[in-house]
Amino acid sequence: MATAAAHRTARTPGYGGREATAGEQDAYQRAFDAAVAADERIEPRDWMPEAYRATLVRQIAQHAHSEIIGMQPEANWITRAPSLRRKAILMAKVQDEAGHGLYLYSAAETLGTGREELLDKLHTGRQKYSSIFNYPTLTWADVGAIGWLVDGAAITNQVPLCRCSYGPYARAMVRVCKEESFHQRQGYELLLALSRGTPEQHAMAQDAVDRWWWPSLMMFGPPDDESAHSAQSMAWKIKRHSNDELRQRFVDICVPQAQSLGLTLPDPDLKWNEERGHHDFGPIDWTEFKEVLKGNGPCNEQRITQRTRAHEAGAWVREAAAAHAAKHSGDSHENRESRETGAKQA
Amino acid sequence: MTTTAHTDTAALALGDDALVLSHRLGEWMGHAPVLEEEVALANIALDLLGQARILLSMAGDEDDLAYLREERAFRNLQLVEQPNGDFAHTIARQLYFSTYQHLLYDRLATGGGPFAGLAAKAVKEVAYHRDHAEQWTLRLGDGTDLSHERMRRACEALWRFTGEMFQPLEGVGTDLTGLETPWLESVGAVLGRAGLETPEGPRTGAWRAGAGRQGLHTEPFGRMLAEMQHLHRSHPGASW
Ligand SMILES: [Fe+2]
Ligand SMILES: [Fe+2]
Repeated sequence: MATAAAHRTARTPGYGGREATAGEQDAYQRAFDAAVAADERIEPRDWMPEAYRATLVRQIAQHAHSEIIGMQPEANWITRAPSLRRKAILMAKVQDEAGHGLYLYSAAETLGTGREELLDKLHTGRQKYSSIFNYPTLTWADVGAIGWLVDGAAITNQVPLCRCSYGPYARAMVRVCKEESFHQRQGYELLLALSRGTPEQHAMAQDAVDRWWWPSLMMFGPPDDESAHSAQSMAWKIKRHSNDELRQRFVDICVPQAQSLGLTLPDPDLKWNEERGHHDFGPIDWTEFKEVLKGNGPCNEQRITQRTRAHEAGAWVREAAAAHAAKHSGDSHENRESRETGAKQA
Repeated sequence: MTTTAHTDTAALALGDDALVLSHRLGEWMGHAPVLEEEVALANIALDLLGQARILLSMAGDEDDLAYLREERAFRNLQLVEQPNGDFAHTIARQLYFSTYQHLLYDRLATGGGPFAGLAAKAVKEVAYHRDHAEQWTLRLGDGTDLSHERMRRACEALWRFTGEMFQPLEGVGTDLTGLETPWLESVGAVLGRAGLETPEGPRTGAWRAGAGRQGLHTEPFGRMLAEMQHLHRSHPGASW
C-alpha cells in the first residue's frame, strides 16, 4: 500500500505549476513500476510514463473503433431479420456495440485524447480497427457466426483485460465482457436453430462457419515471435497472456461447441493432442491476414466509406446541437439541467 | 363483426404503426450522425418492436402477420412508413407520431379496454420518445441557419400525413378525433419554442384521410416490405 500512496502523490508532470526535476521523475517512475508490480490500478490522475499512455490510447482507440465499425456487418441484416424475435435480439446487439464504443472512447478521454481526434484518425486510416470486420456478412447465418466466433474470440481476448493495470480500461472491460457473453450465447443459439432446421438452413450455417473460422483465429494477432508490442504490454500488465496462448484457449473452447452445434470446423488438422492437453490445429494463412491489414480485404474500403459518409452527413446535426447549446448556455440552472438530461438520452 | 374482430382490427393498426416505424428507425443503425444517436434511435426502435410484438400477437401469429401479409393488408399510418430522409425528417416524423402515440396510450392506459395493460407500460417508453424528438426539434430548429431550414422543410413535408391519425378506428376503445386538439397544441408549442411555424398546408394527402388504415400506402412502403419479408418468405415453414 506504500507504493500506491507514493504513485498517487506523483501526479502528471507539471502538476503544481512546474516541471518535475530529474530526481522527481525517477521517483515517479519507481512508484509507477512498484504499483504495476503490486497489481495496483493506475488511475487517470496518476503519473505514468508517456509510452504507457500512448500504448493505452492506441489500444483503447483501436478497440473503440472495432466496436463501431463492427456494427456495420451486423446492421446489414437488421432490416432482413427473419423473425421479430431475432430482429429484436440483433438490434439490441448492435446497440450494445455502439454502447461499447461510447465507454471505450470515454476511457481514452481519461488519458487526454478526445473522441473527435480519434474518429479523425480512424477516418483517415491512421488508426486501425479489428480486421475481422473487413469480411462481409453474406447470409443470415453470418450473424450467428459473428456472435459465436467473433464475440467469442473478443471475450477470450478481453476477459484478461478486466485485470488490466489501467483502471478505467479495466472497468470498461468488465461491463463490455458481460454483454459480449450474451452476444456469444445468442450467436450460438441462432446457429443451433439453423443447424437443426431445414437442410437449406443447415447448409447456410455450415457455410458461415467455414468462412468465419480462420479469420476469427487471426483476431488474436500475429504469432508470438512476430508480435511487435507484446513484451512491453505484458510488462506493463496491459496484456496478460500472449497471442498464441489466447488463440489456443479459444480453439479449445470452440471444438466441443462446434460438435454440439452439429457443425464442422474447416480444418483437417484439428485434433486433440493428449500430450499437450490441447487441440492441435492447422497453419494460419498469415499472408491473408497481412493483406487484409494493409487494406486489401473484401470490405476495408466499404467500411471506412460508410463510416466517413455517416460522419460527414451528420456534421450539420452536430453543429446544430453545439450552436443550440452555446445559445442557451446562459439559461437558468433548471433549464440547463433538463437540457443535459436530453443530451444524455440523445 | 364481433367485438373480438374489432379488437383485432385495432391491434393490427396499432401494431403495424409500431412495427413499421421500428423498421425505419432500424435502418439508421450504423449511419447515425453521432454515436449517442445510434444508441437512442435503437432504443426507440426496440421499444416500438416490443409493442408491435404484443399487439400483433393479440391478432394472430406475430411472424405470420409481419412477414406473410401483402402491402394492401397492412394497416399502419402512412406517416410511419415514410423514408427516413435526413435526420430532420426522422425527427419530425418522430415528433408527430410520438406525440400522437403518447396521447393515445395515455387514454388507453386508463380506459380499462383490451389495450390498457400494454398502454400503461408503453406510455412511459413513448414519453421518452416524445422527449427525445422534442429535444432534437429544439436543437435543429434553434441551432444553425442550415439546421433551421432543414427542420422547417421536414415539418412541412410530413405535415400532410398527420390528419390520418385522428380518423375513427374501430375497436380501439377511444375517440381518436378527440386527440386532434391536444395534438395540435402540443406539437405547435414545441415548434414554437424551436422558432418554427406550424405548417399551414392540408393535413391529408391526395388520398382521403385514413388511407393507410385501409391498406392504401405510399410507394416506398412496398420496397420496405420486400426487404423485410424476403428472407422469411424464401424458407416457407422454416423456424428461426
Ligand atoms: Fe462489443
Ligand atoms: Fe459484441
